[in-house]
Amino acid sequence: MSAHILPKRVYYTIFAILMFCTYLTVQIAFFDLGALNTIAALGIACFKATIVILFFMHVKYSTRLTWAVVLGSIFWFGILIALTMSDYLTRVWRTFG
Amino acid sequence: MLPEAAHQHHVPGLAHHFDNLEQQAEATTLGMWVFLVTEVLFFGGLFMVYTVYRNWYPDAFAAASHSLDITLGTINTAVLITSSLTMALAVHAAQLGQRKLLMLFLVATMALGAVFLGIKSVEYYQKFVEHHVPGAGFNFEEPQYAVHAQIFFSLYFVMTGLHALHMIIGFGIMTFMLWWAWRGTITAEYYSPIEIAGLYWHFVDIVWIFLFPLLYLLGRHAH
Amino acid sequence: MPSSTVLIPPRHYLNDGYGIKSWLLTRDHKRIALLYLASVTFFFFVGGAMAVLIRLDLATPAGDLVTDETYNKLFTMHGVMMVFFFLIPAIPSVLGNFLVPIMIGAKDLAFPKLNLFSWYIFVIGGLFTLYALVTGGVDTGWTFYTPFSTVSSTTNVIPTALGIFITGFSSILTGLNFIVTIHRMRAPGMTWFRMPLFLWSTYATSLINVLGTPVIAITVLLVAAERVFHFGFFDPRLGGDPVLFQHMFWFYSHPAVYIMVLPAMGVISELVAAGCRKPVFGYPFVAFASLAIAVLGFLVWGHHMFVAGESVYSAMIFSILSFLVAIPSAVKVFNWTATMYKGAVSWDTAMLYAYGFIGLFTIGGLTGLFLAAIGLDVHVTDTYFIVAHFHYIMVGGTIMGYLGGLHYWWPKISGRLYNEALAKLSAGIIFIGFNLTFFPQFVVGYLGMPRRYHAYPPDFQVLNVLSSAGASILGVGYLLPMFYLMWSLRYGRLAGSNPWGSVGLEWTTTSPPPTENFTETPVVTWEAYDYRAPVEGHVA
Repeated sequence: MSAHILPKRVYYTIFAILMFCTYLTVQIAFFDLGALNTIAALGIACFKATIVILFFMHVKYSTRLTWAVVLGSIFWFGILIALTMSDYLTRVWRTFG
Repeated sequence: MLPEAAHQHHVPGLAHHFDNLEQQAEATTLGMWVFLVTEVLFFGGLFMVYTVYRNWYPDAFAAASHSLDITLGTINTAVLITSSLTMALAVHAAQLGQRKLLMLFLVATMALGAVFLGIKSVEYYQKFVEHHVPGAGFNFEEPQYAVHAQIFFSLYFVMTGLHALHMIIGFGIMTFMLWWAWRGTITAEYYSPIEIAGLYWHFVDIVWIFLFPLLYLLGRHAH
Repeated sequence: MPSSTVLIPPRHYLNDGYGIKSWLLTRDHKRIALLYLASVTFFFFVGGAMAVLIRLDLATPAGDLVTDETYNKLFTMHGVMMVFFFLIPAIPSVLGNFLVPIMIGAKDLAFPKLNLFSWYIFVIGGLFTLYALVTGGVDTGWTFYTPFSTVSSTTNVIPTALGIFITGFSSILTGLNFIVTIHRMRAPGMTWFRMPLFLWSTYATSLINVLGTPVIAITVLLVAAERVFHFGFFDPRLGGDPVLFQHMFWFYSHPAVYIMVLPAMGVISELVAAGCRKPVFGYPFVAFASLAIAVLGFLVWGHHMFVAGESVYSAMIFSILSFLVAIPSAVKVFNWTATMYKGAVSWDTAMLYAYGFIGLFTIGGLTGLFLAAIGLDVHVTDTYFIVAHFHYIMVGGTIMGYLGGLHYWWPKISGRLYNEALAKLSAGIIFIGFNLTFFPQFVVGYLGMPRRYHAYPPDFQVLNVLSSAGASILGVGYLLPMFYLMWSLRYGRLAGSNPWGSVGLEWTTTSPPPTENFTETPVVTWEAYDYRAPVEGHVA
C-alpha cells in the first residue's frame, strides 16, 4: 500500500495536545465569559477534531478525494444547520417564555 | 488486461473483482470514508435538534447541564482520546507487520472503550437515581426549568445512547480485527481492515469531542 | 471479432448456477438487480392497489367507499409504498445495479456482498411496513407530520417508521457502493468524461442518497422514540417545535425527489443518444447539470413549509433557491431536444417513453416554478395542484424513464426481444391514461379541491371522474408490460449483443452478459456516444 507511515512520536504529540485541550476547555468553562464560553468550547472542540482527522485518521497525507469527502460532509452538515437556523433566528414572533 | 480464467496465484486477501491490492485498499478506504459521511449527517440531525433547543432555552439547558458529573465526563473524554491513541498505534503496528503489538493495542483500545462504557453506565444510573430520566418519573430540582430541562435530558440520553451504541458496534469490529490479527490475516501488505476500523473508531471519538462540551460544559460557571 | 454474431452465449449470468440458494446468496450485481426488480414491482402493485381504492372513492363527491379513517390510511400507505419502496429504489437498484459495473468496464461493484446485504435490508424494511399495513395501517400521511404522528395518531406509526429507517440503509449502502465503484473501478481509458451520462446521473443520485438519507433516518427514529418515550422534541406541550420535524423531514425528502428523477434523466440521456444515433448535445453541461441538481436540491426544502410557520425571511431564501434549481433541469431538457435535432430519430418503444418523459417532466417542472413563488403556493398548497405537480414528475417522469430503460435494456438483461407492437401499445395507453388521470387534478386543485380529502363539493365531480377513468386506463397500461415481458423470457426472439446498434460498453458484451461481464477487461479508446464510427469497431 502506498500509505505514509507516521512515526509514533507524531501520535504521542497529538495525544498530548488533545489532553491539554481537554484540560483547557474544562478550565475555561468555569469562568463566565458570556457568549465567548460557547465560542471557546466549540472552537477547542473543532481544533481537537481537526487534529484527530489530520493525524490519527491520516487525512493530511491522503488523496484530494478524501479531503473532498471530509470537507463535503462538514459543509453538508453546515447546510442543515445554517438554513434551518435561518428560520429560527428570523422568526420575529416569540412563542416561548 | 487480465484473462479471466488464469489466476495463477491467489494474492492473499485480494477479492476477485479487484485488479490488485492497491485498488482494493483504495476502494475500501473510500468506502469507509463515505460511510463516515453518512454518520456525520446521522449524528448531525441530533446536533440540529440540540442547536434549536439550546437556542430557545439557554437557561434551562445550563441548569440541566450543571447537574451532569463533570469529573466523570472529563475522565471519559480522556479515556476515549487515549483509546484513539492506542488505535492509531495499532494501525501503525499493522503497517509494520508487528502482529503481537497490533493485538496488544487492539486489546488496549477495547479495554479503554469498556472503561468509557462503564463510566457512562454509572452516569446513567446517577441520572436515574436523581429522577432526571425523561418520562413519568421525571423531576427537576429547579421547577421553573423543569419542562425544558426534560428536553435537555432527552437529548442527553439519545445522543450519548446513540454514541454508546456506536462504541458497542466498534467493539464488534475490534473483535473481528483481533481475530484476523491472531490468525495472521493482517500483514504489512494487507492491513487496510485495521486502517478502516481505525477510521471508524476515531470518528466515534470525534463525536464525543463535540458531545462533551455541548452536554457537560454549559452553565458550569453559573450557579 | 464482433460478438454480435453469437446470439446467446452458452454460459451467462442467468444459467451460471441454478436453484434458490444461487439467487438468494448471489454476489453478482446483475442477479441482485433482478432481485430488486421483483421486490420493487411487488411494492409498486401494493401501492397501486391503494391508488385504485383512492380513485374509486373519489369518483363520487361523498366519501362513501371507505370511512374517513380508512381513507387517511389509504393515501398514507400509497405514499409510503410508492415513495420509499418503489420510486426511490427502482432505477438505481434495478438498472443502476445491473449497468454501473458493465458501463465502466468492471467485473462487479466495489462491494458485492454489501450489495446483497442492501437488498436484504430493503426487503426487511418492506416487510416491516407491510406488517404495519396489514395490521391496521398508518393514517399520518407519508409525511408523518408531528405532533399528530408522535402523540395523537392511534395507528401503526412505529413499525412504519422503523420500516422506513431500515430501508433507508439500503439506499445509503447502494449509494456508497456506486460512489466507490465509479471512482475506483473504471476500466483503463474510461475517463470521467467518457462515461455514459447515465453514470453521471447515478453518481449524483448516490451523493444525495449518502448525504440526505441519514437525516431522515434519525428523524423517523426520533418520531418512533418520541411516541414511546414522550421526549417532546416535536411536541409543543413539552416545549418542542413541530416545525423542526418538518425541517429535518424535508431536508431529506426534497432531495429525495431528485433521487427519484435524476436516474430517470440519466436513462433519458441514454435513450435519446441511442434513439437519435447522436452524442448527447453538450455532454459536459448535462453531466454538470446532474451534479448541480444534486447540490441545489439540498438548498430548497423550506418550500414545503411556506404555510407551516417558518419565518417569512427564510421562506424568501428558499423561494429564490427553488427557482435556481429549475435551471439545471431545464439545461437537460434543452440539450436532449438539441440532440434530437437532425438526429436519426427512432420510434422504438424506449424512445416513446423518452419523448413522453421530456414533455411530461417539462410540465411537472414548470408547475414546480408556480409553487416556488410563495404567493401562488399559498393559494394552491395542500390542494390537488400539488398532487398533480408531483405525479407529473414522479409518474410522467420517473416511471416513464424507468419503463423506457427497462425496455431499452431488456434485451441485454434477458437476452430476448419483447413484442414491439404490444410494447408501443402499452406506452400509448400509459401516456393517455396518465394525462387523463393527472391533468384534471391541476384544474380541480387550482379551483380549490384540497388534497387528502375524499369528500368534495359536487362541482368537482366531473374532473374527478375523468381522473378516475384515466387511472383505470393507466392501470391497464402498467399491467400489459408484466405480461409481454414475462412472455418474452421464454418465447421472445433472441436479441444478440447489440439489437439497437447502440454505442456503449454494455452493448459490446453478450446478451445476457457472462457473470464476470466481459471475457476480457475492456480498454476504452473512444468518446461517449461515438456514433461516427461503425458500431462493431467498439469491441476491444
